[in-house]
Amino acid sequence: MTIQLTVNGAALTVDLPGDVPLLWALRDGLGMTGTKFGCGVAACGACTVLVDGAAVRSCQMPIGEVTGQITTIEGLGQPGNLALIQQAWIKHQVAQCGYCQSGQIMQATALLAENPAPSDSDIDAAMQGNLCRCGTYPRIRAAIHEAAQMMKAG
Amino acid sequence: MANWKKITRRSFMVLGAAVAGGAAFGVYKVTEVPPNPLQAAAGAVPLNPWVIINADGVTVIAPRAEMGQGISTTLAALVAEELDVDWAQVRVLHGPPAQAYFNAGFVDRMSNVPDFINASAPKSHNAIMAAVPKIFSMQLTGGSTGAIGGFEQMRLAGATAREALKAAAAQRLGVSADQLKTEAGMVIGSQSFTYAELAEEAVALVPSDVPLRDPSSWRYLGKPMPRLDMEAKSTGTAQFGIDTWLPGMKFATVRMNPKRGGAMKGFDPAPAMDIAGVEKVIDLGTGIAVVASNTWSAIQAAALVEIDWGHADYPTDSEKMMVRIERAFLEEADSRLRDDGDVQTELAKGGLIEAEYRIPFLAHAAMEPLNAVAWLKADGTLEIWCGNQAPIMTRDACAAAVGLEADKVTLHTPVMGGGFGGRTDTVPAVLAAKVALELRGTPVKVTWSREEDMTQDYYRPAAIARLTGRLDGQKATALWGKTAVPSAARNALNRMLGFAPPGPDRGSVEGGFDQPYGIPNYRYDGHISDLSVPLGFWRSVGNSMNAFFLESFIDEMAHAAGADPLAFRLELMEATHAPSAAVLAKVRDMSGWDALKRPGFGRGVAFCYSFGTPTAQVLEVQETADGIRMTRAWIACDPGLALDPSIIEAQMTGAMVYGLSAAVQGAITFADQQVVETNFYDYEPLRMQNTPSFEVAILQNNGKFGHMGGVGEPGTPPAAPALANALFDLTGRRGRSLPLGQEFDFAA
Ligand code: FES
Ligand code: FES
Repeated sequence: MTIQLTVNGAALTVDLPGDVPLLWALRDGLGMTGTKFGCGVAACGACTVLVDGAAVRSCQMPIGEVTGQITTIEGLGQPGNLALIQQAWIKHQVAQCGYCQSGQIMQATALLAENPAPSDSDIDAAMQGNLCRCGTYPRIRAAIHEAAQMMKAG
Repeated sequence: MANWKKITRRSFMVLGAAVAGGAAFGVYKVTEVPPNPLQAAAGAVPLNPWVIINADGVTVIAPRAEMGQGISTTLAALVAEELDVDWAQVRVLHGPPAQAYFNAGFVDRMSNVPDFINASAPKSHNAIMAAVPKIFSMQLTGGSTGAIGGFEQMRLAGATAREALKAAAAQRLGVSADQLKTEAGMVIGSQSFTYAELAEEAVALVPSDVPLRDPSSWRYLGKPMPRLDMEAKSTGTAQFGIDTWLPGMKFATVRMNPKRGGAMKGFDPAPAMDIAGVEKVIDLGTGIAVVASNTWSAIQAAALVEIDWGHADYPTDSEKMMVRIERAFLEEADSRLRDDGDVQTELAKGGLIEAEYRIPFLAHAAMEPLNAVAWLKADGTLEIWCGNQAPIMTRDACAAAVGLEADKVTLHTPVMGGGFGGRTDTVPAVLAAKVALELRGTPVKVTWSREEDMTQDYYRPAAIARLTGRLDGQKATALWGKTAVPSAARNALNRMLGFAPPGPDRGSVEGGFDQPYGIPNYRYDGHISDLSVPLGFWRSVGNSMNAFFLESFIDEMAHAAGADPLAFRLELMEATHAPSAAVLAKVRDMSGWDALKRPGFGRGVAFCYSFGTPTAQVLEVQETADGIRMTRAWIACDPGLALDPSIIEAQMTGAMVYGLSAAVQGAITFADQQVVETNFYDYEPLRMQNTPSFEVAILQNNGKFGHMGGVGEPGTPPAAPALANALFDLTGRRGRSLPLGQEFDFAA
């Protein structure tokens, strides 16, 4: 079954059954492996992408039902052309294994779009669905505050 | 490749002499120089197994695997320090399976003498022991040994490369090499050359002597270096094993017997074939694989295959398993690694303090589920991509599984989405190789579902401990610890190597027998249980168990003595090991220990000397309307020489989070011989909102100069007892059974 998706501004076609979740269409169908598989049941946040700017768990969204603009980590910024939030992540040396970080960054991007100056408890509330087994939470928190500052400074 | 012979010659000269007198291993094997596995390619000249000179910089070949611990950055910094390249010119890759990448650091983990005694002795390991990692081609990442093994090796690799490049420039200019300088990837003299210009000529030039730089001149070592993998990991461009993507590849998953080790008596693939996108169900003998157009369809279909599973040879449920483990106490102790003074006589005086503790099995649950990509090509060679901690062993196991010679197998070791000891096993690569055998010519990515990853793990063992102690006034005069535990090391080595060395099982007592408490009568025993649940190495291994037992019990003794628990520990340690006492004093001062005690709050302290690094932690907890919260944590550690403070801070923090996750709610349980917990909703780690804030202090007093303790694991062992001790302080209730979330009400 051929399905049209708009990913990072590009119209793309995948040839997979309509009940396949967006996560797997990205990873297996399109070879866009920046979005990660962690649990498959909406319990870890590793698969987080933006659909029309809102953070969603792509492991829970059948491709047949996706409507809207999808943004993945690849569309946020790349080496040499980093988004502010990625610069903050690098400044705070957040990643350890790094496997959860695509999801963390996408979730934090959605948070900052909605709330440009989040408090610690705003961060807790927004990020609670994103697991990090390496325990990078303190540096994630610092990087989100930093990104908020950077955005404010323009 | 000639100039790196120097490195091994230097390291093994002493050894050759030592073993020439007829020791167990042949002189030839020991002194033999492992071949350089790297080959020159256009624009890339390998000067030794660790250094490739490229047109625009240097590629460091890391002998250890990157699982998040930052080792690739530190290993590259060791090379760069001597090679005089700018940090922006440095790249790092993982080396292929090869003896040259043996881990010399493992020798630090082979002694049964407590490290607080070893660390201050001169580094003259028994020469035979020192040769073991090389003789057995131990290309292993684990035991918090990466920087230790690389400390001399990687600096020498950089220094010999630098001197060879200088020699090449000297030849061109007709001057002696000591008239030349090196800087930012250039040799500078009357005329200057980039390293790339000189690399081809340098290959043949062996430097006559390789002085290593004095630490006072270090530019990179001892400083927080920007991690070389940070940009890739912040942009989704880091290539984990699971991200391997090849044109025309198929996607598969596996399903093995949940009654671990039981047979597969038969299966019906028909229901799986009804799922759209499914192409094939493969009989793997001990389970099945489903191949599909995408991973999700494969996972859905695998769950539908009807399989007749045989039974495992262990008890049906966790309760019966604990009964089996407890039985080990009836046998004589087989692992008594400490027996100071006369415990029995002292305890016979009566007035004893006694306690029993229990801990469950634990899963590794790394964020990246197990996976491997395999491709059996038309020319009969096999190529594998699999994050792993033991490349030579993994490659050889894959070769054997598909009936190929090892030289027909290429194994890539991509960065890993966490390991924590859970990627030591060869199983994922081997199963992927078997799937590839059935798909000859087509690459296939095999991904474990989270459920399969969790229920087919090799677990941290469950265990029971009984401790007895005696006080004379406020002083501890005797301590006798006994653990009953199935041996993770024997279980894993039997599975991977087909044998396990005899003798005491360090893992069942480490973190207990080897602590610098100057209790005059101190005995610590392991009783190995015969329970046959599959086990593995879990971050900090036996220390994760025994630190909970011992540090909870020390707290109980302090309470019985009416003493402050931190001061009680400090007094027992001061005369025995000053650096250990210093980390305790440091964590006391950082946390403002005395002022932490106030209504509504609890404070707990714990200590563990593991992997060469004494580490003390203080944890603050608070009673809130939503339940108990862990609010603030302080860590003081002393790894001796600290190569990268930013990475050490991250590892200490992450390791404590890992330990606290397990302490609050980590438990793998069994029912009907199957693991009950299957995903993060029932094996729940800490999240952003219930992780405390951290402050970390790194001291550098331990051992003689050059002593390096590990940093990836020592932060885990004190976490659980620090929490249990804080909960006691808060509530007056002593949690003697993990996870503590069973007895205490934590805020979600
Ligand atoms: S993979 Fe989607 S939330 Fe875990
Ligand atoms: S950095 Fe490893 S899981 Fe988050």
